[in-house]
Amino acid sequence: MTPLVEMRNISLRFGGNQALDNVSVNLYPGEVVGLLGHNGAGKSTLIKVLSGAYRADSGQIWVNGQEVQIRTPQDAQAQGIETIYQTLALADNLDAVANVFLGREKVRGVRLDEDIMELEARKTLDRLRVKIPSLRLPVAQMSGGQRQTVAIGRAIYFKARCLIMDEPTAALGPEETQKVHQLIKALKAEGVGIFLISHDLHDVFDLADRITVMKNGRLVGTVYTQDVTHDDVLGMIIGGVMPKNARPADQPAPRA
Amino acid sequence: MQMQSVSKAHTSLVSSLGVDGRILTMLVVLAVVWTVFQILTMGQPGQFLSPQNLWNLSVQTAVVGIMVGGMVMVIVTRQIDLSVGSVLGFSGMIMALIQTVPPLGWGGNWLLALLAGLLLGALIGAFQGYWVAYWGVPAFVVTLAGLLIFRNATFIVASGRTIGPLNDNFKVLGGGLNGSIGEFWTWVVGLAVMAYIVYQALTNRNRRIKNGLPVRPMWAEVVVNGALLALTLAFVLVMNAFPYPGTNVPRGMPVPVLITLIVLFVLNWVALNTRFGRYVFAIGGNPEAALLAGINVKRMLVAVFALMGMLAALAGAVQAARLNFVTNSMGNLLELDVIAAAVIGGTALAGGSGTIVGAALGALLMSSLRSGMVLMGLPTEWQNVVLGTVLLAAVIWNSVYLRSRR
Repeated sequence: MTPLVEMRNISLRFGGNQALDNVSVNLYPGEVVGLLGHNGAGKSTLIKVLSGAYRADSGQIWVNGQEVQIRTPQDAQAQGIETIYQTLALADNLDAVANVFLGREKVRGVRLDEDIMELEARKTLDRLRVKIPSLRLPVAQMSGGQRQTVAIGRAIYFKARCLIMDEPTAALGPEETQKVHQLIKALKAEGVGIFLISHDLHDVFDLADRITVMKNGRLVGTVYTQDVTHDDVLGMIIGGVMPKNARPADQPAPRA
Repeated sequence: MQMQSVSKAHTSLVSSLGVDGRILTMLVVLAVVWTVFQILTMGQPGQFLSPQNLWNLSVQTAVVGIMVGGMVMVIVTRQIDLSVGSVLGFSGMIMALIQTVPPLGWGGNWLLALLAGLLLGALIGAFQGYWVAYWGVPAFVVTLAGLLIFRNATFIVASGRTIGPLNDNFKVLGGGLNGSIGEFWTWVVGLAVMAYIVYQALTNRNRRIKNGLPVRPMWAEVVVNGALLALTLAFVLVMNAFPYPGTNVPRGMPVPVLITLIVLFVLNWVALNTRFGRYVFAIGGNPEAALLAGINVKRMLVAVFALMGMLAALAGAVQAARLNFVTNSMGNLLELDVIAAAVIGGTALAGGSGTIVGAALGALLMSSLRSGMVLMGLPTEWQNVVLGTVLLAAVIWNSVYLRSRR
């Protein structure tokens, strides 16, 4: 089975700081890979290379067995890679419809086709089962969960094959967190691959098939979630050591 | 308790009109100001609500009105343009030189002068926008430099002289004796606008119903569009009620007012209905999100500044045509009027929020106040104190309004 996304030997320096040092990760269709590490471990930088916000100094990105060049966010989107940033990257002064379609508006001639966009946005957001009474209010006036829904709707409307979620539940209450979990499981069942960045070990153990840990810009390793305990993973994050009896999970066999 | 439920019912009634609360406020304030000035100047030959005064008021609003929509876009993207008064003066001076000084001036190349002036304004704007967008120089500094450079370049290119008189065809732009479109064409424009209002209302509503989208209640549709139609009709009647001196021939709408209305209509349409407009607001709301959404923020900023520069040049043409002579101080300090009008009209200096319609009303409110105070014989110093106070009050009200909606 070919991985959906493979990042091979990615390195990136910011001035004197080696933000990423020869990092390799991969992701299969219908799989959730948890990406863990301290602040500054390089998770977000790695993800921004994949989403086109940064360009790596060296290394390759492969999508569906083909090497691709990702220079801009549009390049990533063209490969079906969508990112939900921790900050949500919403324009707070615009309404939900405008945010879902931002940068990819539907037009007839030069005129924005607001009706079609509103209908499609409504359909997409209804799938996410979070109530948003008016799609025409600025998103600044929405709750954390509703804003998160808009950000996720933005990604799934455009048929993401690979979804990058940076701390998707950090700002949410328990009920909304539960809804995001259900959504991740539903997307997984549809064959979408998901990179999940989270500080919450419970989240990751609940959702991820594999766990990749980074420290100081380097890869500590990748393990199967079912092979490890919370303490094993904490040992990887804090000490940078691999647990003793975990199978190597960098090139997973096709699952039964 | 009773009070609260009443005020809540009131709010929902207003909100179902689907009109920005700040614009409604502006309209109410304008109505109050006009009524007060009318009472204070009642019986004077040119009382405030006389056709003569309203006609003059419309011409006096034109120069700021042409520029204010561009300033809204600049401010919405979190930038500022302090150079518009100087760019107005400089491009106005260049246009005057082209049509009066040989060899080009022979035969009165007024159209060439106008086009060259507009191009010059756009280039100056793009040049300033380039430093802001690609080099990260704060717009405040870039355009402050522009203010100094172009104000004094105006003096230099004309060697300090006053240039004129201008070509008669060019002067039509200024709304002087030949600068109105007459009774017939004023009706044509007015009726076309009214037909457009009705057509828009009907097609929009029907399309939304067909697509199964929510629409505002019928009574709100009637109230809002009825008000727009009534305003248009009143405007036409007033413009046609002011005759040429010593005759009964109505002047009709002044050309600069027609230009202003066209500019404002186009800018408002662009702001609300196109990707360009959407991106202006997205950049102002969250520049990083705009960038991540694939919007070319730098190019957008250059375009917005270029648009502002071109509008300043257009305003310069109107101002020059109105004065017939271009002095090297033309447009001095006008940037402050334009920014004040945008801010009074509800544009937030923090960016991301503002409307062209609101800003146009802001410009109208400012010139109304000035005109009324002139009629009352208030000295300039007091006029400026009042205008400053209004500006402050508007900013405070605007921030209270925005906070209440968070």
